[in-house]
Amino acid sequence: MKHLGFYIIFLFFLMSCSSKEDDVYTPVAYNLEIPELFADKLIAPIIPADNPLTIEGVALGKKLFSDRILSGNQTQSCAHCHKLQEAFSDSSQFSEGAEGNLGSRNSMPLFNLAWNFEERFAWDGKEFGLENQVIEPIVNPIEMHGDLNEITKRLNGHHSYPDLFQLAFGTSEISGDLVAKAVAQFMRTIISANSKFDKYLLGKASLTAAEENGFNVFMSEEKGDCFHCHGSNNNPLWTDNQFHNNGLDATFTDLGLGAISGDPVDNGKFRSPSLRNLTFTAPYMHDGRFSSIEEVIDHYSEGLKFSESIDPLMKKVNIGGVGLSDQEKADLKAFLLTLTDVEFINNPAFKN
Amino acid sequence: MKKPFYFFFFLLIILSCKDETECCVNPTIAIKLKFTHNWDGVELSSSDFNEFKFRTANNDLISISRLRYLVSNVLFNNTIESSSTIYSLIDIDKNETTLLVTGVPISKVNALAFTFGFRDEDNLDGVYADLNSASFNVPEMLGGGYHYMQFDGKFKDSNNADANFNYHAIRSADITDPDNIILQDTSFEVDLGNIEITENTTIEIKMNVAEWFKNPNTWNLKELNTVLMPNFDAQILMNENGQSVFSLGEITSN
Repeated sequence: MKHLGFYIIFLFFLMSCSSKEDDVYTPVAYNLEIPELFADKLIAPIIPADNPLTIEGVALGKKLFSDRILSGNQTQSCAHCHKLQEAFSDSSQFSEGAEGNLGSRNSMPLFNLAWNFEERFAWDGKEFGLENQVIEPIVNPIEMHGDLNEITKRLNGHHSYPDLFQLAFGTSEISGDLVAKAVAQFMRTIISANSKFDKYLLGKASLTAAEENGFNVFMSEEKGDCFHCHGSNNNPLWTDNQFHNNGLDATFTDLGLGAISGDPVDNGKFRSPSLRNLTFTAPYMHDGRFSSIEEVIDHYSEGLKFSESIDPLMKKVNIGGVGLSDQEKADLKAFLLTLTDVEFINNPAFKN
Repeated sequence: MKKPFYFFFFLLIILSCKDETECCVNPTIAIKLKFTHNWDGVELSSSDFNEFKFRTANNDLISISRLRYLVSNVLFNNTIESSSTIYSLIDIDKNETTLLVTGVPISKVNALAFTFGFRDEDNLDGVYADLNSASFNVPEMLGGGYHYMQFDGKFKDSNNADANFNYHAIRSADITDPDNIILQDTSFEVDLGNIEITENTTIEIKMNVAEWFKNPNTWNLKELNTVLMPNFDAQILMNENGQSVFSLGEITSN
C-alpha cells in the first residue's frame, strides 16, 4: 500500500504527458462521395496534395463562402453571385459587385469543379487551380473588392474564425492562402450528378420519345453535333472544359482567352460551360446574352457568325449553322432539360 | 526419416533456382515511343497551328487547329509484351507525344508494330476513363467506342473564304438502316520493321500529316470537309491514306 500513492502520481504524470500531445488536433478526412457514373466513366477528381479535404476544412469553407466578411465593405459574400437555387450562378445578366459596379460577364455556375482536369477556371481560363480562382473575385475591384491583408486582419480578430482555422489547418494564424484552401475544399464538394438523365443511364428512369430524339440530335454530327464540346453519356460532366469560339460575334468587345494568352487565335474563346442544370442557370453564354434555351439553340442552328478564330467544330457557318427543324429544336430542348438536378439545388449540405 | 527431409530441402533449392533462372532468361526493358510530326519533311508543332501555311496534294491551303490521335496495341516481335489495352492519346497541342512501353524483351532484333486507333476488340464503348474524360468518344449511333483521330482545321474554299474541316477518323459505320448498323474496323497496323534496342531506347515515329490528304487518294477538302464520321466511304479513304502516314525515325539511347 505504501507504493500505491507513488504509482497513482506516476500514472497522472504519464497521462498529463499524453494529453499534451493530444493538443495537436488532426482534422478528420472528408469522404468525398463520388457519384457512380463519375466513378465508372471519369478519371479521379483533382484534389491537390497540399489541400486534402477534411470535415473541418469543408465546413469552414462553407461558412466563409456565405460570409460577407470576405468583401471590402462587408456587404457581399461569394454566395451573393453564386446562389444555390440558381445552381450557384446568378440569374442577373451581370452581377452587381460590393460597391454597385456591374461586371461584363455572367456568373458561372459552380458544380463538379474537382473534375475540371486541366484546372483552368473562369470563362477565360484566367486562373489556374481552384485555390487561385477563389481569391480572384474577392480582390476584384468590380466584384467583392477586398484587400487580402485587411480581410485576414478581420478574420484573425474574429471571435470564432481563429479557432475554426486551428481545427482545419492546425494554425490560428489566418492567411489568404488558408482562406483560399478552405473555400476551395467546400467548392470541391459541390457535386451535381442526380438528374433524370443520370438516372436513365443507371437504369432507374426512362426517357420520353422527345427526350430520346433530342439526345440523338445532340449526338449526331450532322445535326446538333453538341457532343464534341459538351460531353455525352460517356462524359457525364456535359462539358469538355476547353475553350472555344462558338461563333457568337464577328468582332469582339471581350477577347476571352485571347486577353489572357495574348494570342489573337484565342480571341473570342470561352470555356464550355456544363449543360447540367440549364433550368437554373439562365441567362446563357459568357455575357448572358441569351435568356432562354430556345435562343441558345437558335444560335447554333442559324445564328453563327464568322470570325477568324471560330472553332472548326462550328458547322455551316456560311449559312449560320446546321439548320435544325422546329421539331429537332424542341426535342433537343427536351433532352437538355433531362440534365436538370433538382436534388442538387435542395441539397442541405450546400445550404447556408 | 532423414531422407525425406533432405529430399524436400533439395527440392526447395531447385525451386528457388528455377525462379531466378526464369527472371534472367527473358529479361525485359522499358522503351519510349516518341511521335513527331511533319508536313512533307518540314517539322510541324503546335506553334504552326492556326496559320494557313500547308498546301495539300489537291492544292487546298489549310491551317491546323487540333490534331490528336490514338495509338494502341504496341507489339514487339508480334507479341503483346504489355497489357493488351496499352494505348496513348497523342495530342500535339498539349505536347503529349510519347508512349512508354514496358516489358520489351532485350533482343538484338525486335519487330515493332502498333495500331493506329483501336482494333475492334479494344474499341469498347465508354470503358477507358481517361479517353472519356478527354471527350474522345464516338456516339453509340455510330457504333460507339472511340475516335481514332480528331484532326480539325480550316481551308480556303472556292471563294477563298475560310471554311472548316473535321477530319475525324473512326471505325466505319454504315447507318443507312439505323436498326442494322454495319461496322467495319478501319484501324490499321503500322509495321515499322526490325529495330535493335537496348535499355533506355527512344524510338521516333514520324507522322507525315500531308499523307492524310495524298496517298493513294487525293483528298478534296471542298467536297469532304465536315460530317465525315457518319460517312462510311470517307472513313475507308482515311484508312487507305493512313497506311503511308507513319515511318520510323531516329533511334536513340540515353
